[in-house]
Amino acid sequence: MIIELGHFALILAFAVSIVQFAGPLFAVKTGDQRLFSIAPHAAILQAMLVVGCFAALVIAFAKSDFSVALVYQHSHSLQPFIYKLTSVWGNHEGSMLLWVMVLSLFGGAVAIMGRDMPHDLRSVTLAFQGLIAAVFTGFILFTSNPFLRQVNAPFEGKDLNPILQDPGLAIHPPMLYLGYVGFSICFSFAGAALLLGRVDNMWAKFVRPWALLAWIFLTLGIAMGSYWAYYILGWGGWWFWDPVENASLMPWLAGTAFLHSAIVMEKRGALKVWTVLLAILTFSLSLMGTFIVRSGILTSVHTFASDPARGVFILGILVLFVGGSLALFAWRAPSLAHGGLFAPVSREGALVFNNLFLSASCLAVLVGTLYPLLLEAITGDKISVGPPFFVATMLPLTIPLALAMPFGQNLAWKRGAFLGLFQRLALAIFAAVFIMIIVFATQQNGPVLAPIGLGLGLFLGVGSLVDVFNRSFRGGGILLGFRRAFGLPLSAWGTTIAHFGVALFIVGVSMTAYDEEKVASMTINDSISLHGYRVTLTDFRNNSEANYREAITKFDVSTGGVKVAVLEPSKRTYIMSRSPTSQTARYTIGFSQIYVALGDSDNFGATSVRIYWKPFVLLIWLGPAAMALGGLLSLLDRRLRIGVAKRAERVVLQ
Amino acid sequence: MTRKKRRFLTIAFCGIVLSAAIGLVLIALKQNITFFRSPADIALLSIQPGVRFRLGGLVEAGSVVKNVNNATQFNVTDGTKSLKVSFDGILPDLFREGQGVVSEGSLQKDGSFKADTVLAKHDENYMPREVADALKKQGVWQGDKKL
Repeated sequence: MIIELGHFALILAFAVSIVQFAGPLFAVKTGDQRLFSIAPHAAILQAMLVVGCFAALVIAFAKSDFSVALVYQHSHSLQPFIYKLTSVWGNHEGSMLLWVMVLSLFGGAVAIMGRDMPHDLRSVTLAFQGLIAAVFTGFILFTSNPFLRQVNAPFEGKDLNPILQDPGLAIHPPMLYLGYVGFSICFSFAGAALLLGRVDNMWAKFVRPWALLAWIFLTLGIAMGSYWAYYILGWGGWWFWDPVENASLMPWLAGTAFLHSAIVMEKRGALKVWTVLLAILTFSLSLMGTFIVRSGILTSVHTFASDPARGVFILGILVLFVGGSLALFAWRAPSLAHGGLFAPVSREGALVFNNLFLSASCLAVLVGTLYPLLLEAITGDKISVGPPFFVATMLPLTIPLALAMPFGQNLAWKRGAFLGLFQRLALAIFAAVFIMIIVFATQQNGPVLAPIGLGLGLFLGVGSLVDVFNRSFRGGGILLGFRRAFGLPLSAWGTTIAHFGVALFIVGVSMTAYDEEKVASMTINDSISLHGYRVTLTDFRNNSEANYREAITKFDVSTGGVKVAVLEPSKRTYIMSRSPTSQTARYTIGFSQIYVALGDSDNFGATSVRIYWKPFVLLIWLGPAAMALGGLLSLLDRRLRIGVAKRAERVVLQ
Repeated sequence: MTRKKRRFLTIAFCGIVLSAAIGLVLIALKQNITFFRSPADIALLSIQPGVRFRLGGLVEAGSVVKNVNNATQFNVTDGTKSLKVSFDGILPDLFREGQGVVSEGSLQKDGSFKADTVLAKHDENYMPREVADALKKQGVWQGDKKL
């Protein structure tokens, strides 16, 4: 019954999204103001319907209702409850429904929170959101219906892919979707701006909080996914330049560029046309990512059953939205007024520099990701473009970007001076050069790029703090300084912390050059020494859980003769699918980790073991976490300011 | 600086950076692509030793030999030809006899394949897509049955 209700709610949502889309567009054409008012109501209703529909699917999974084909295919009654829930999006149909739910939630949120927006802008934005929702709800209903029943309900399901039965998966996809799909709202804003010819700094002010929100989730989602890959795949790598990963990185790069150019547009009224284009491109890249991941043209843990009809449908959607929006852009953009002027050496100039390099790196990732697909389609040759390509292109493009960040942050709007800038950044430059000299002097035949990376990270780290420091502690005592620091606008702190996060990330990545790795065949009482730690194999034991059995290998970690930790990596065999997975075990010391992964047992009773020393590896993910925190602070600041302005207005009216 | 000159400089700078980026991408693409080959391709193509490529096929049943210290040898077959592969390191969980495998590396002088990476990339049916295509080409594909 609940399943049928969910199915019906989805059909209703489809119908409502058509109204949400058609109403405002008709209003634009006829000038009938009343039709504009349909959109917010439709958006809220649609969000409620899709949430209801998603809830129905969640209930079916929670109750292990195997009469639903999807539940039968991807769940098992003995799975822990949390994985019954994550099974909802651990498959094609369910993850598409999650996609649409995020889409409608963003639409509903704009309908509710966007009351300060001009009437027509809000409605037409929601109309575009409705169009996307209509197309994707249609996609689900016609090609990937999660609510299909099967006539003879089996007693038991087929289990979720074991590699997906992990806490990381509980959080990673929803986070990623909130980011990825959240950029749909920027796309809709851009569509509305073009259609209404309303591209001004108010537009940027309205769109930026939504872009920030999506960006925060996308940043966290990507970082989560990367950490998951690091600990589950057992190679100790954190980014593989897999097309599926690139699919999420591209919207991130474009979205980051958009966030920065929207600042210029809001504060200075410049870069309007470019900002609107970026909003379109960002979501187009999200759509392309959806196509790459969901159409089954690639093989990975992210792609589920491949059905050619779905691929063609998504490709059609991609062409419709990307082509349509770019056509709209080409038609309307020339009529948009051009904005303010600025000197090349200025905050604006620095942000243009940022946009240029972010777009160029996005382009490089795009080419590297699509080239194999295109080549195969044209010549039939199967090739892969691996990490060497991305390292060779991304390093030259991201190093200038990181170098420029502290400069941009410390430049004045409109016209800045280089000389003062260098004075302000003297400490940062000194620190960077100092660390590079120290590292180069102490290491023999060590890596070359890593010390440069460390210097860059330190320059960026110190450089990002300079602005806040100058604004608080220049003149006056320390106490006054702290008071000033707390009084700074949250957005200043947001920028500082986000940029500091990039510095942490760069340091973390540079330190991977100092990884140590040992592979050995071990039996009981064998030990390996690595970076001052001694890892001893002490025991083998078996463990049995509801839906898997595992063979645990126990290790003691000791340093200087003192035992500091016990690590228990294991090999699991899932009862239903009989597929094996490995669980790594890690011991964290500060930001560094000792990482133990198990291989096969050989014919002589020994187990092959791979042990890594990973210095400062956690910074790779703490960096993005700091970036997201910075984004959150900026977001809080903006809401506060809009609220204050509104209250003041009311006082005047009374 | 006049307005016109300033705009020209900005556009020129952007143009230079973008063309440099495109140049970089093209050069990197030329040097860093890896082809996918099946054992039958290798018999036909006469690939030089040392050239990196990806080898895909099925792990031939009964061919896996594990030595001390993680050195493994196995044969990769596409039903018509098979090739000897050696690999030092930890094999992925889903490496099994009779199942699909993709390994990356290069040919040795003796004609065997030295892999530095063995990929566990697979879909829910545990079959790499490239391998499935290669098997179809050799006419030994068992249909789209679930494994």
